[in-house]
Amino acid sequence: MRIATRTAAITVLLLLGGVIIALIQGSIPAFREFGWGFLTAEHWNPATEKFGALAPIYGTLVTSFIAMLIGIPVSLGIAIFITELCPRSLKRPISTAIELLAGIPSIIYGIWGLFVLAPFLQAYVQPFLIALFAPVPVLSSLFSGPPYGIGIFTAGIILSIMVLPYITSVTRDVFETVPPVLKESAYGLGCTTWEVVRKVVLPYTQTGVIGGVMLGLGRALGETMAVTFVIGNAHRISASLLAPGTTISAAIANEFTEADGDLYTSSLIALGLLLFVITFIVLAGARLLLLRLQKRAGT
Amino acid sequence: MSIFQKATLRSMVIGAAASLALPAAMAADISGAGATFPYPVYAKWADAYKTASGVGLNYQSIGSGGGIKQIKANTVTFGASDAPLEPKDLDADGLIQFPMIIGGVIPVVNIKGIKPGELTLDGPTLADIFLGKVKSWDDPAIKKLNPKAKLPATLIAVVHRSDGSGTTFLYTSYLGAVSPEWKEKVGVDKAVEWPTGIGGKGNEGVAGFVGQTDGAIGYVEYAYVKQNKMTYLKLVNKDGKTVDPQASAFQAAAANADWAHAPGYYLVLTNQAGAESWPITGASFILVHKKPVDAAALGEALKFFDWSYKNGTKLAEELDYVPIPKPVVELVEKTWKDSLQDGAGLPLWK
Repeated sequence: MRIATRTAAITVLLLLGGVIIALIQGSIPAFREFGWGFLTAEHWNPATEKFGALAPIYGTLVTSFIAMLIGIPVSLGIAIFITELCPRSLKRPISTAIELLAGIPSIIYGIWGLFVLAPFLQAYVQPFLIALFAPVPVLSSLFSGPPYGIGIFTAGIILSIMVLPYITSVTRDVFETVPPVLKESAYGLGCTTWEVVRKVVLPYTQTGVIGGVMLGLGRALGETMAVTFVIGNAHRISASLLAPGTTISAAIANEFTEADGDLYTSSLIALGLLLFVITFIVLAGARLLLLRLQKRAGT
Repeated sequence: MSIFQKATLRSMVIGAAASLALPAAMAADISGAGATFPYPVYAKWADAYKTASGVGLNYQSIGSGGGIKQIKANTVTFGASDAPLEPKDLDADGLIQFPMIIGGVIPVVNIKGIKPGELTLDGPTLADIFLGKVKSWDDPAIKKLNPKAKLPATLIAVVHRSDGSGTTFLYTSYLGAVSPEWKEKVGVDKAVEWPTGIGGKGNEGVAGFVGQTDGAIGYVEYAYVKQNKMTYLKLVNKDGKTVDPQASAFQAAAANADWAHAPGYYLVLTNQAGAESWPITGASFILVHKKPVDAAALGEALKFFDWSYKNGTKLAEELDYVPIPKPVVELVEKTWKDSLQDGAGLPLWK
């Protein structure tokens, strides 16, 4: 038993190490050719074999940021509603619906995004946003240009829907671990529901909530298929959120099969390595945050 | 709506068929990989050939770049590419290439009030649109070519392929041939750094974006235009004549091509002379090793190609492809005889 479980654990480590080594080895030609410029250059030209990763990095971070901006409040809202306010008869159906959302394959989100969401955004939401923010200095450039319907903004919205079930189910589960006696005594002191959630439930469960958010963020950073459908796949950084862009995983999915030439393939592998590094930094950051929170709670 | 649904469904069916085909393949089957553009006709030929000879074909339509990689790595008997390799690249890997089928790339648009074939563009204007210099449909350059058309002031939304593709190679090679600025700034390749626009994955992705974006212009394979009834453009060709995209126009462009004097069949059929030639025409190529590891397998593949050249013309025309003209087939088979050898140094094709 011990040998079997230990082998399983070591296999995971070996696999992880193998993936890292393969990625590093594959990306050496690209880094040797472009150096640090690979990280700071925006152009991506297969014809002249000049590659820079800034546009996909930017796209990955911005779409994930939008997804979190929309996804976190909505998920927490749903979780709070289910655990604190929801009538018993509705609890099951809503929970099941959320879990079903997690089971939808990402390509279905992509098709839905392309055929339903993008035309809707193009016809109604984007013209409205462009008109609404036109007089506001910074926001006007964030929401400008022709409404394509697809782009960074649409990808962010799709991602927010995709991360929703992950964050919601984790946070709902941890909210349910709050001892009723704590909540009841707070209510007994005359706290409103909002105060109970803010002062009792969230502090008690913050570790779990952050864990759920990180799970969602991890998914948003690496999501490929759905994003590829709706992001517009252009290696450009535009000031406008409505403009097309690309993400690391979308670029790899689009271009890997047809990438001939060692430098092209190597640059795509280097993109993969960068995604690995970004995800690692984000997760490590979350760990550090948790440690600090725990320390503060301890003192 | 129906256009993209159909297109998506089609791609899903093809995808499903491809994934089903893989595990079912047997050792005796001919194995090949590469371009997606000729996949429908290769599949149809393979089906008919299996009935006729009992030998099947396992073709992975993974894209031209992937096909070139796999034949270089010797994991398949033949590779297929929409973009020809240059003779020096062929020699470096001991490969030969020959044309298998011909097709056309068509610019398509979505402009309110414009019906298929109503709008005409010439090469330089098309290049300027894709360079982002001509920004609106009522631009004087477009009006001059279409004095009668009612052109709206809609902004032009450029749509291009996001994946590397032989279609893009043909399209950019045409733009490069007619616009020095395109050649210098963007270049000619299976994927380029597009100055403007959004990228769709595959022909179906481009067709989908064009279909749902007002003021869009994109480019797709001819079969897509025909099957989805898209709004195609007429083009002004090298002789200054306005032509419709149709099989006879691709045939005209191919007929003018001088295959006999093109070393390694390195010939791009874009911007050919001739009053009826469609300017964005291209051949799809097959790549094989001169001295294959498995000579018997290549022998089987050659038999399949020979059968397809001779018996597959009708099937190809049904799918809106243009078969290779007979004199060129004779030329190709002579090349087989002259340059393909088995392990003992004997000619593989007699």
